[in-house]
Amino acid sequence: MNARFKPGQRVRVREWYPPGHVRTPYYIRGKSGEIERVCGVFDNPERLAYAKADDPKTLYRVRFRQSDVWERAERPNDTIDVEIYEHWLEGT
Amino acid sequence: MTSHPRGIHDLGGLPAGEIDRSEHQNDFWEQRVDALQRALGLLDPPLVRTDELRRAIEGIGAQAYDRMSYYERWITAITEVLMEKGVIAVDELGRKIAEIEAREQA
Repeated sequence: MNARFKPGQRVRVREWYPPGHVRTPYYIRGKSGEIERVCGVFDNPERLAYAKADDPKTLYRVRFRQSDVWERAERPNDTIDVEIYEHWLEGT
Repeated sequence: MTSHPRGIHDLGGLPAGEIDRSEHQNDFWEQRVDALQRALGLLDPPLVRTDELRRAIEGIGAQAYDRMSYYERWITAITEVLMEKGVIAVDELGRKIAEIEAREQA
């Protein structure tokens, strides 16, 4: 399975609010960061949550600047890493 | 903040008070719940996957979610998934709970 994004690439997290089980934290939706690494391919937890192991997806570790995540970041130059599945990411 | 639907469990960035960092021993019943979840997850195919457990925990009503402890949420969610799959029935569970309550009071 080919990874769509490469380490170092800028990405934006989709601003989706679907019902159901979702692993993308609310606070990170719509925020932009950089691919830190490709973690590998895993079954989509959104399907596993309903007992369906049928939808492999590439998982990435994405690095965000705190100042890009929070309006008033205590340490704006710190970063936060969040693991996000490919279908939640778009290129910028 | 926007007014998009947000899960009761999805707290990142919200004020939540102090975090209790003290170490504590788990009760025996909590260890049993943990073992039960692991055993159900090891079946092939798994009867209750971690992701199913999480989904069911997120589905617990907000008031109950806030009131429950960690493993109370787990056993509630395990029960929910097993009922969805027809492994146990509400009626069966109700009878068993009543039976145990009677035994405890005796």
